[in-house]
Amino acid sequence: MDTQLLTTFLFLTVVALTIGITFWASRQTKTAADFYSGGRSFSGFQNGLAIGGDYMSAASFLGISGAIAVYGYDGFLYSIGFLVAWLVALLLVAEMLRNAGRYTMADQLAFRMSQRPVRTAASVSTVVVSIFYLLAQMVGAGSLVALLLGVDSQAIKNITIIGVGALMIFYVVVGGMKGTTYVQIVKAVLLMIGSALIVVLVLAEFNFNLSDLLGAAADNSGKGEAFLQPGLQYGASLTSQIDFLSLGLALVLGTAGLPHILIRFYTVPTAQDARKSVLWAIGLIGAFYLMTLVLGFGAAAMLDRDQVDPLEGGNQNLASPLLAEAVGGGEGSTGGAILLALIAAVAFATILAVVAGLTLASSSSVAHDLYKGVIKKDEPVSEHDEVRVARIAAFVIGAVAIALSIPAQRLNIAFLVALAFAVAASANLPAIIYNMFWRRFNTRGATWSIYGGLIAAVGLVFFSPVMSSLPTSLFPDSDWAIFPLNNPGIISIPIGFLLGYLGTISSREPAAEDRFTELEVRALTGAGAEQAVKH
Amino acid sequence: MTDQEQAARHDPIYDRLHATPEFAELRRRYRGFVFPATVAFLAWYLLYVILSTWAGDFMSTKLWGNINVALVFGLLQFVTTFGLAWMYARFSAAKLDPLARQLEAEYRKGDDA
Repeated sequence: MDTQLLTTFLFLTVVALTIGITFWASRQTKTAADFYSGGRSFSGFQNGLAIGGDYMSAASFLGISGAIAVYGYDGFLYSIGFLVAWLVALLLVAEMLRNAGRYTMADQLAFRMSQRPVRTAASVSTVVVSIFYLLAQMVGAGSLVALLLGVDSQAIKNITIIGVGALMIFYVVVGGMKGTTYVQIVKAVLLMIGSALIVVLVLAEFNFNLSDLLGAAADNSGKGEAFLQPGLQYGASLTSQIDFLSLGLALVLGTAGLPHILIRFYTVPTAQDARKSVLWAIGLIGAFYLMTLVLGFGAAAMLDRDQVDPLEGGNQNLASPLLAEAVGGGEGSTGGAILLALIAAVAFATILAVVAGLTLASSSSVAHDLYKGVIKKDEPVSEHDEVRVARIAAFVIGAVAIALSIPAQRLNIAFLVALAFAVAASANLPAIIYNMFWRRFNTRGATWSIYGGLIAAVGLVFFSPVMSSLPTSLFPDSDWAIFPLNNPGIISIPIGFLLGYLGTISSREPAAEDRFTELEVRALTGAGAEQAVKH
Repeated sequence: MTDQEQAARHDPIYDRLHATPEFAELRRRYRGFVFPATVAFLAWYLLYVILSTWAGDFMSTKLWGNINVALVFGLLQFVTTFGLAWMYARFSAAKLDPLARQLEAEYRKGDDA
């Protein structure tokens, strides 16, 4: 059987399905609330699936299983951090945000603060976080398609990145939140089924004995016992140990600050539904990360070692699709070809759903916060006009993401996502938490924490070994790496919180304190919260 | 937006609701659950990260077959996450939602008047 033909067919099926959904959704998208929040009419279960679809990214499916396949146990930390993080969203953020906001992350800050500065700050950080995250997904798409076509051609990778970019722009411009949500639901179902299938086949190879699987992974990895123990990737020196702690912090605190996750809480009618969505999401995401453990160790145990080479940055991301081929009977077999094509199509659907969510989050923020809230603050802006600007913004952001993805292809995608998490945890989370729980918090505190956390996180990455000084850096031939850690979180997250505190106490803003009473009542009871749209 | 504009948007019904004993009780129950729970799960997670980093020997102890402490510890993080989510779901449905609904109904009544 011809894998490439089959794969191409399945890819086109996924693309056709999502385009169909998008056109269907576009007919039901009339108002701004429809475009930004799908009319707030999704059920908790639907939104839980969509959150899973938004969150279980190519970085998880390809990147984490790849990291486990190469670094063994250390790759597992990503899964744990990504899951535990949902407790922050569940306990502190989801319900209150649903009640206090409208379309974007900035809404709940603007509720009691000066519109222009906080909307500008929140919009800037939304766009930065989303672009980091977009890069990760698009780089994953490029290497995936190149693998499937069996050519390691830079041109193919670049064409794929452009194609994925064009599709995500299409989903958002045409389908808005409704189209994006259904694409994510379909993807979540496909991803869970596809992963479960491979997991069962891998476990069957080892008679469902996890210990045997781990033993085979350790043997085949060439690293022995150390492969199953923490420290292979991060244990070498004190610097790399602190790097690990820093990564762990960013993972657990980043989720509840990711703009594309935050806007998902607006798509349900009540705070109780927002809670239900997070509960469903935790169940799905937890089950999925348990499966990535089997996928990663399975790839380590079953693949020919030279296919999973840590020095080949891109190849690491292909552990899962290659594993699918191996459990299907290996290269050249019919079963292998079918499973490879299937898993590749699932991964492709995964990428499409996540990039659509990210593009929507950032273009919503540009239109609703920057255009309506800042630029046209003193004039009435029609809903039609606002949505038109959001669509234009989706084009521009998509184009920027495409342009930046092409040079970013040398980086591990789980790592790129970790950077997005670090920025989200440093710039967004402090402002969100302070705003909900601290009466005194005010405009200066919000802008200081957002800009401070953002600049600290991005600045530290710029001066880190990610950018220069190592063979794996983006600029391997230069050296301006004065900051030793790859992950900035351990410094930048406290900076975000500290600046939020200092900004607040150095300024008085009585109105922000008065409005806190209203915010608190509204956030906890839903009194006066935005209602679902009835068609 | 200026301070005056911010203040002008303020609806006095929120002050009345805020002053009710029901609201004080709702906030007390909510914070009484989520603050300790957040401290607990973050501490438990950081303990895991720190042990993984600086207690390699302990984490590498084999329990049975190739299953070591590190793996079990990692899987326990899944168990506690599911467990805490389930506890919060039960707690909020029983202790928070009835009060929130009652206050929200008063808001609607007050808003119509």
